[in-house]
Amino acid sequence: MQLEINIYRFNAETDAFPYMQTFNFAKPERDIMVLELLNLLKEQDPTISYRRSCREGVCGSDGMNINGKNGLACITPLSQVLKGNKLDLRPLPGLPVIRDLVVDMEEFYAQYEKIKPFLQNDSTPPEIERLQSPEDRDKLDGLYECILCACCSTSCPSFWWNPDKFVGPAALLQAYRFIADTRDSRTEERLEALSDPFSVYRCHGIMNCVSVCPKGLNPNKAIGNIKSMLLKDSTKAVEPIRVIEQA
Amino acid sequence: MGDVNSTNLKVLNFDALIVGGGGSGMRASLELAKSGLNTAVISKVFPTRSHTVSAQGGITCAIQSADPNDDWRWHMYDTVKGSDYIGDQDAIEYMCSEGPKAVFELEHMGLPFSRTENGRIYQRPFGGQSKDFGKGGQAARTCAAADRTGHALLHTLYQNNVKEGTNFLNEWFAVDLVTNANNAVCGVIAFSIESGEIAFLRAQATVLATGGAGRIYASTTNALINTGDGLGMALRAGFPAQDMEMWQFHPTGIYGAGSLVTEGCRGEGGYLVNSEGERFMERYAPTAKDLAGRDVVARSMVLEIIEGRGCGENKDHVFLKLDHLGKDVLDAKLPGICELSKTFAHVDPVYEPIPVVPTCHYMMGGTPTNIHGQAFSQSNGEDQVVQGLFSVGEAACVSVHGANRLGGNSLLDLVVFGRAAGKFIHEDIQSGGGCDDPSSEDIDRALTRFNKLNDSASGYEVAEVKRELQEVMQNYFGVFRRGEFMEKGVQSLNEIREKINNLHLKDKSNSFNTNRVEALELQNLFEVAEATAISALERPESRGAHARDDFPERDDENWLCHSLYNPIQKSLGKRGVNFKPSQVEAFPPKIRTY
Ligand SMILES: Cc1cc2nc3c(=O)[nH]c(=O)nc-3n(C[C@H](O)[C@H](O)[C@H](O)COP(=O)(O)OP(=O)(O)OC[C@H]3O[C@@H](n4cnc5c(N)ncnc54)[C@H](O)[C@@H]3O)c2cc1C
Ligand code: SF4
Ligand code: SF4
Ligand code: FES
Repeated sequence: MQLEINIYRFNAETDAFPYMQTFNFAKPERDIMVLELLNLLKEQDPTISYRRSCREGVCGSDGMNINGKNGLACITPLSQVLKGNKLDLRPLPGLPVIRDLVVDMEEFYAQYEKIKPFLQNDSTPPEIERLQSPEDRDKLDGLYECILCACCSTSCPSFWWNPDKFVGPAALLQAYRFIADTRDSRTEERLEALSDPFSVYRCHGIMNCVSVCPKGLNPNKAIGNIKSMLLKDSTKAVEPIRVIEQA
Repeated sequence: MGDVNSTNLKVLNFDALIVGGGGSGMRASLELAKSGLNTAVISKVFPTRSHTVSAQGGITCAIQSADPNDDWRWHMYDTVKGSDYIGDQDAIEYMCSEGPKAVFELEHMGLPFSRTENGRIYQRPFGGQSKDFGKGGQAARTCAAADRTGHALLHTLYQNNVKEGTNFLNEWFAVDLVTNANNAVCGVIAFSIESGEIAFLRAQATVLATGGAGRIYASTTNALINTGDGLGMALRAGFPAQDMEMWQFHPTGIYGAGSLVTEGCRGEGGYLVNSEGERFMERYAPTAKDLAGRDVVARSMVLEIIEGRGCGENKDHVFLKLDHLGKDVLDAKLPGICELSKTFAHVDPVYEPIPVVPTCHYMMGGTPTNIHGQAFSQSNGEDQVVQGLFSVGEAACVSVHGANRLGGNSLLDLVVFGRAAGKFIHEDIQSGGGCDDPSSEDIDRALTRFNKLNDSASGYEVAEVKRELQEVMQNYFGVFRRGEFMEKGVQSLNEIREKINNLHLKDKSNSFNTNRVEALELQNLFEVAEATAISALERPESRGAHARDDFPERDDENWLCHSLYNPIQKSLGKRGVNFKPSQVEAFPPKIRTY
């Protein structure tokens, strides 16, 4: 079977507008990954540009839009995404395109940096490691594994509209990773920084982020947790609510 | 794009320039960011996409969690033995004794280690680990964050570099070293992959932290970006490389895909079986069994396959059995492995064994350095520091791994020596260390490779030449080696050299030109491959990962030493191994059994 592969092409040096280029390719016998397919096409046309590094789904380089859905090319088998014999590959939506499938991630990284993605603990560290119970450590599972691929944030309509103000699912997941870490002592400050109308509250629970995350993480749940902590925080003075909560 | 030269080239000035944003580079930069020196890290990928992110099993260190009586000297003994006695004992001593401090620092920075019931860092058993200098049985010394330790470590280091305000030049590609009249290194020629802009990054200290080069082989656990660029640059500039014949083949690469499944699988109780369902490592290593040194296990697997007990249709792999551990253990301790195995081997280890085969994994050799990361060359048999040049991590050969690295020792190497180099460079530059300015000819010389590619109107295809190179290395320089085959291999490489010098760069554009990047990478791969081939051919003995069936014995009389490859003469010399640790007696060479 011949596959029809349409790839988004744009090189600002030579193209006035982006266009889709069609490649016909004999379907390989083995069920290969989308990245392997791209590598083979690149042997024919070395000008196709995309990022890749680990080729095993851990470095987060090759997030792209594969037949309409964001994912990592290196761990997406053709069998899972082909529509008939067709495959459309586009850059992650919502971010400026540098070239072909390569997007400018500056805004995405800026949001990540904004949440202070590092442990803050004001006490002097002990001679050995800080202790943490396995149960407390378990709270970080589903959070720390993020590979910053941006599949989630670039599938989130709220992020498309306000990439500078809405922190976006990836960075919020990391914000919660540090809030949830019993070794971090700046929880209040972290919550405070997210309490404006945009940072967290632009999330409307559309859930795109959850359905695309290639690592099976759930930014929406983390956002929910942040929201409920903010709620508790802002109602500190309101006795009745606390009473109800405790009941 | 017209040719660039020293007159129209942009210059950026730094005190220290770190080429590489993996674990070793970012540990060094963290030290320097705090120092107030004008430092930059340049990385061809966004730092968290560096290969360190793939490390799974953990970081080995005697932190006395799993065993309160553990001792860094036992770790040192294991490492010396693992290295088949050509690891430098001063460096190994430094790594093992400083290790705990470096690991605790990582924890303080936020690394989400797995934990024991009493809240300490979780440690698992890895190959080649013992208690009481080999007499007290298997140790559990590898500190782990599930089976994603490298990811946790790399992200933690990046996060702390963000915290300290480190200056990153992300998606910049270093092309070649700039050396001056005294053969000191004054920085690198590099270009922004995004814009194509090229510049001379002038630095008083240049640190090569560019990682491994596993892509010289057709089948490897390494990331696509592991092309040995730092080593390639150093070799082209005429600096030597040490122990390049020493390549580790990891026993458990996923058959057909190359992706690694960690030794931690066997640490947690998994084992290898042949087509007869036999746990064959019991025969080869009666005591340590599946947790013998990696070289030993890899060779045993190949022998099983050669003798017809391989698994599958072509009898060309063996199985790693994990199902007996149960779903709970696999989910808690090896979640990443289960994911990888389902994706790349189409098996769920909860129910079925994983097909595995020895796969190129780690480069023990590299630019020779001392424990401060200072690079060496030799003149008249004497070590000589190369002014301005440093190296750390897998690109360097300090040498703590000798002829065979123990699992979990690379991550420790990264943080211990990254930190040490950072501290040393800080002091060195403060006390006036540095190097004289290069002349315009020096700069133009470092630009020739870049310009030549841009000027190429015809020539050889990058992808084709790469495939050819990888096949030669795979066929002639694999797990078992033989002189007559290797001679053929070297001959083929001579033919490939001509193609390497005449690659055709089809895409000449500036913005995110990955064709250019891949062509430059291929030339680096070639330098590393050639150094490997000649070193392997010229070491007529078997030691650690270097197994020759024409010279099956270890030859301590003649080869209890490092090999030193001279890229100008393409010849192999010898360099002494350090047997002078300062806090303990040296461990003398013994027959190595597990
Ligand atoms: C699958 C796998 C699992 C592993 N598991 C373990 C483990 O459990 N424990 C352990 O101890 N070790 C493990 N290792 C080994 C260990 O991960 C590596 O040796 C180590 O991460 C190398 O780190 P590094 O800092 O030297 O280089 P890398 O992490 O490879 O980083 C190299 C850096 O250099 C940059 N660079 C390279 N060339 C250029 C250039 N031309 N211009 C600009 N920048 C450049 C890259 O962008 C990158 O930032 C594993 C290795 C593999 C392959
Ligand atoms: S759940 Fe929130 S963050 Fe996720 S896609 Fe929807 S709006 Fe965006
Ligand atoms: S949360 Fe998932 S999709 Fe989003 S950046 Fe992290 S790994 Fe990627
Ligand atoms: S190449 Fe690393 S995630 Fe796909």
